[in-house]
Amino acid sequence: MSQATFVAALLDPALAVPEGLLDPEGQPAGRRFDVYRNNVAGGLTKALEAGFPAVRKLVGDQFFAAMAGVFLRAHPPQSRILMLYGSEFPAFLGAFQPVAHLGYLPDVARLEQAVRESYHAADHVAVPLAGLTPEALLERRLRLAPSARLVRSRWPVHAIWAANMAGGPAPVAGGQDVLVLRRGFDPEPHLLPFGGGDFVAALGQGQTLGAAIDAGGDGFDAGAVLGLLLGQEAIAEVME
Amino acid sequence: MFDLNEGALPNRPGVGYKPQHFAAVMADPGAVGWLEIHAENYMGDGGRPLAQLRALAERFPLSVHGVGLSIGGEAPLDEDHLARLKALCGWLRPASFSEHLAWSTHDGAFLNDLLPLPYTAATVARVADHIDRLQEVLGRRMLLENPSSYLAFAETEMGEIAFLRDVARRTGCGLLLDVNNVHVSAVNQRMEAEAYIDGFPLDLVGEIHLGGHHEDHAEGGARLLIDSHSAPVDGPVWTLYARTLARGGAKPTLIEWDDDVPAWPVLEAEAALAARALEGVA
Repeated sequence: MSQATFVAALLDPALAVPEGLLDPEGQPAGRRFDVYRNNVAGGLTKALEAGFPAVRKLVGDQFFAAMAGVFLRAHPPQSRILMLYGSEFPAFLGAFQPVAHLGYLPDVARLEQAVRESYHAADHVAVPLAGLTPEALLERRLRLAPSARLVRSRWPVHAIWAANMAGGPAPVAGGQDVLVLRRGFDPEPHLLPFGGGDFVAALGQGQTLGAAIDAGGDGFDAGAVLGLLLGQEAIAEVME
Repeated sequence: MFDLNEGALPNRPGVGYKPQHFAAVMADPGAVGWLEIHAENYMGDGGRPLAQLRALAERFPLSVHGVGLSIGGEAPLDEDHLARLKALCGWLRPASFSEHLAWSTHDGAFLNDLLPLPYTAATVARVADHIDRLQEVLGRRMLLENPSSYLAFAETEMGEIAFLRDVARRTGCGLLLDVNNVHVSAVNQRMEAEAYIDGFPLDLVGEIHLGGHHEDHAEGGARLLIDSHSAPVDGPVWTLYARTLARGGAKPTLIEWDDDVPAWPVLEAEAALAARALEGVA
């Protein structure tokens, strides 16, 4: 029997157990094959539960497990490194009809995936901004830490995450941009003020600090976001 | 042929390392003399997992246990994954590297389980080719672990021990004897676990695994043991372990507990039981 036949039945419980798999009496394997089915589905469901606790809290444990079962069959891992399994989960949630009424769910999943990526990202040494005049600094480009992740949303994604994971108050409608930063080993999602998402995105595109501040727009509090970046030791390089 | 400077695991108990035990194991490892890690959990770019591993490596002999190479897969080994294993073993210089007689990938998808193989001459040849390639890339000898099995293949033409002996003879690899897997497979396949232990080439064994299982049942109520690594080592497995040590002498012995992981003192107490068994043999 080919491994293709084995895998097809493994991922589709409606398919019959492949011929040629036997119990000790020489009878077709039946429930013995289900052990492998259960191991695969159970293990991948656990990986998703570990990765997306806020999504799980929002939809409930039972619903999440059933939804994970649909996802893992449509999107089995493409990597042997399971710590980041679920990169396609946010897009899946956006197209999964039973959660269509929870429009913010894909962005909550994006934020959780960003936190996980940040946790496993490369270490860096933070650089200070001292030694440069403000004028010179505006001409420089800042490279953020490899563990920094920007999540932009038209939903109050930070408030939803905080209400479910950190005992925050009930979310109020409105979009939020979130910057995940890791000082040390534990990533934290930080809510950016108005213009902060455009500012960080511009830095990421390699624009100068001055141009990035302009991108933040009128009313953007550049001092607050620079203070956040410095306080969280998130600037990895100052470049010409 | 292989780099033998990596040393070897001590003939003492080790445990499967879990991040939540970091502070406890660094403070007082008790009976635990070495640690085993799953290679794929340390293939991120940085952060806490690698920082912990660097600290552990300064203090303990380490065993790297791969769970994703798919040595029994029909396709050639994934060269990218081989490169990652080589990089990890390169900086960590573990005392041992081991993988499973199983497959886990197909057509680009990783199924995250150790799937079974028919024991045929064609499978021997394929597995041996893959182990040759792995040992060539890593520049070291690996240990191949016997699986836990739940069913049999109609096409199988030889016993598991004959299969493992043949692969070891062709490749020069060593073996990892999982005594819990022997018990689980023997119950599930209605075979004699004692006869398996008595027939196993213990001179090739570089490491023993002990772990917990749970009990289910198949059609008609037949006992079906599941290799869950979520419980203490069961009585019959300790008995088989004693039989193994009596025949083959002391071996590095791992306690595997991967699911429903207990607090450190419970895991250390399991290791202490293995230490007592090891003290009783030459």
